[in-house]
Amino acid sequence: MIEETRVLLRHAEDPKMATLAGYESYGGYEVLKKALKEIEPEWIVNELEDSGLRGRGGAGFSMGKKVSFLPHTDDAKYLCCNADESEPGAFKDRELMQRNPHQLIEGIIISSFAAGIGHAFIFIRGEYDDQADILDRAVEEAYEAGYLGTNILGSGFSLELVVHRGAGAYICGEETALLDALEGKRGNPRLKPPFPAVQGLYGGPTLINNVETLSNVSHIVANGADWFKSFGTEQSPGTKVVSVSGCVKRPGNYEVELGVSLRDLIYGLAGGPLEGHEITAFYPGGSSSPVLTPAEMDLPYSFEAMADAGSMLGSGSIIVADDSVSIPRMALRTAHFYRHESCGKCTPCREGTNWTEKMLERVCTGEATPMDLDIISSVQDNIMGHCLCVLGDAMAMPVSSMVNKFRDEFEETIAEEASKAWSGSLDGLTESPGRDEPGGEEPGPGGVSPEHVRRQRLAGRGVPAGEDV
Amino acid sequence: MTPVMPSDFDPRNAEPEDFISPGLPVDEANTTGRLPIGDPEQIPDPAEVEVPEDLREQIQQVVDKYPDKDHKGSPKSAAIPVLWIVQRRYGWCTPAGIVQAACVMQVTPAYLESVASFYDLLRTSPQGEHQVLVCTNLACWMRGGDQLLDSFCEKTGADREAAGHGGSLSEDGNILVSGFECLGACDLAPMASVDERYFGPLENGDASTIVDQLEAGEEVLPEKALEKRGLAGGVAESTDPRVTEGKGPNR
Ligand SMILES: Cc1cc2nc3c(=O)[nH]c(=O)nc-3n(C[C@H](O)[C@H](O)[C@H](O)COP(=O)(O)O)c2cc1C
Ligand code: SF4
Ligand code: FES
Repeated sequence: MIEETRVLLRHAEDPKMATLAGYESYGGYEVLKKALKEIEPEWIVNELEDSGLRGRGGAGFSMGKKVSFLPHTDDAKYLCCNADESEPGAFKDRELMQRNPHQLIEGIIISSFAAGIGHAFIFIRGEYDDQADILDRAVEEAYEAGYLGTNILGSGFSLELVVHRGAGAYICGEETALLDALEGKRGNPRLKPPFPAVQGLYGGPTLINNVETLSNVSHIVANGADWFKSFGTEQSPGTKVVSVSGCVKRPGNYEVELGVSLRDLIYGLAGGPLEGHEITAFYPGGSSSPVLTPAEMDLPYSFEAMADAGSMLGSGSIIVADDSVSIPRMALRTAHFYRHESCGKCTPCREGTNWTEKMLERVCTGEATPMDLDIISSVQDNIMGHCLCVLGDAMAMPVSSMVNKFRDEFEETIAEEASKAWSGSLDGLTESPGRDEPGGEEPGPGGVSPEHVRRQRLAGRGVPAGEDV
Repeated sequence: MTPVMPSDFDPRNAEPEDFISPGLPVDEANTTGRLPIGDPEQIPDPAEVEVPEDLREQIQQVVDKYPDKDHKGSPKSAAIPVLWIVQRRYGWCTPAGIVQAACVMQVTPAYLESVASFYDLLRTSPQGEHQVLVCTNLACWMRGGDQLLDSFCEKTGADREAAGHGGSLSEDGNILVSGFECLGACDLAPMASVDERYFGPLENGDASTIVDQLEAGEEVLPEKALEKRGLAGGVAESTDPRVTEGKGPNR
């Protein structure tokens, strides 16, 4: 069995690590002191770019490049740490903030120093109340120790850091919606360009990075780009905290080098499927990634390999489904989530998520026909690439992958549910309506007309209960 | 005077100018059925609204943390944290609380209300003294999240249908039970957030225990609290020299 390669999560089981004294006892803030004294900001930017560190929040864009895009002017610049983590399946940032908040704060300070940023925010989802309290305490400690505030450690560099709690909206994880939420508005995505690096928070240049991305920064600055590149693959350097959940024996966060095999992650570290079950499908990168099947279990877990397989690594969250899970119902859950979270600004997303959910509901109650599956697929095609942000795509990709790869199962579900509904509607009847009943043209079995059954079903009667999705 | 649409107005036979309310300049007029209902809402006048002193201080402190505090007419960044303060104080975002907050921030109450209604965790109607959010998203659903929500509803008498669509109060009105999207703790599946702390993996029977404990004012299931959990991979000493000889933090 493979072992974890813990860089970010090293010593994380020690509760001391969440305090300033504990973090410092493990060498914390030494890099910051060194950087402020003797390292040029440009060197840090170069080293970050050279390291190939890719964003850990979803898109996988080079962090160093993003920093280098910030204009070298004296305008007020901002940093926003994206700790919204609301993608179903993702829970790595929670672990990183809870166990090692100062690692993140140090990363934020060094990144801000490198980019000449004076104001930083940690935008944390409102549900993470415990973790936000931990961050609040840690930020306070860092202010007291002089790592934050004006003229940090006498270097002339100043930085204010605010922990900003969200209030429950997945869309606020999208970087431009996050900016709106931070400006105190309803979180609606903005049109890009301009990109936040040019015009972001309060119209100023803004660096937005994920918790895990920023947590890597002090390690790279301390050890150099080559050290970082010695982990992982050429296009996906470094380690990754992977969240594995669903139908596995040991769900949890595992830090591994990028490029280990999916099998090692799912069967090795996470313990494989539950007793007596087999894995049928899994999302390799959170609920917005197209699902893969056990046939793809031996692929390396890296940005490039997941993209080649037609999916994505995303935030690095694997959700495993086994043979007890109905794929059409899983698709319905997925669609339901995105329908609920769509901000409603653009039509393909607002209407597409809504109708996809409705059509999948019909699949799961047997009211659909196989032709509806083609319609579902075509709706997904019409969503993809046609929205302001990628939330629409985030539903379209997994749903269309499920319909394509598991079409048989969708058709079986329709047939099964339709026959259940048919017999269910017979059970519910005390009297057979005759030919002369309204709508009773052609009597079916037992003298019940198909029209009557159809009406019963439309009225919500005679459909097996308990399928509340 | 509030303009009133004539009761016999039929948009199908109307001329374009009929859509313009009588007596109003064109740019203030609205289309059919949506007539202006009077003056636009004003920013509350500090002389008229009474705000408890400690609340005012608390809000001002938060507003001052944001760089836009001096932006004329738009010091809005603190909107969400301020609504959190209102909700913590009054139990939910009460209209009176919103007016007080709007008064300190110098924005309109409607503005804060529009923000509050956007976010799932800010409540614009009464919620109980305790909140139970049960995750029914993918990982939790696979491991029995729906049944867990059933159990909470059965125990508290909350309406299952409503609980699955935004939340429902227990029979005594003390506990809000709500199905919720992924709470970021799929490793605990099926899990619930009880008064903003995470618990899992829960069995259906735990619902009853949790509710009893909440009602008795006891600590909730300490052995299933997230904060008591170790790392999934346990304690692992690294042997990799790149890690053990690293010069960064976590040495
Ligand atoms: C709908 C949507 C939700 C997102 N949610 C998150 C999130 O919760 N956390 C996150 O770090 N990035 C999220 N992202 C990605 C961000 O937009 C952005 O790419 C990321 O924060 C950049 O940081 P990184 O380069 O360090 O990954 C989301 C994107 C979209 C479209
Ligand atoms: S794609 Fe969806 S969530 Fe994104 S801006 Fe458009 S409507 Fe809003
Ligand atoms: S699915 Fe329940 S916490 Fe993520």
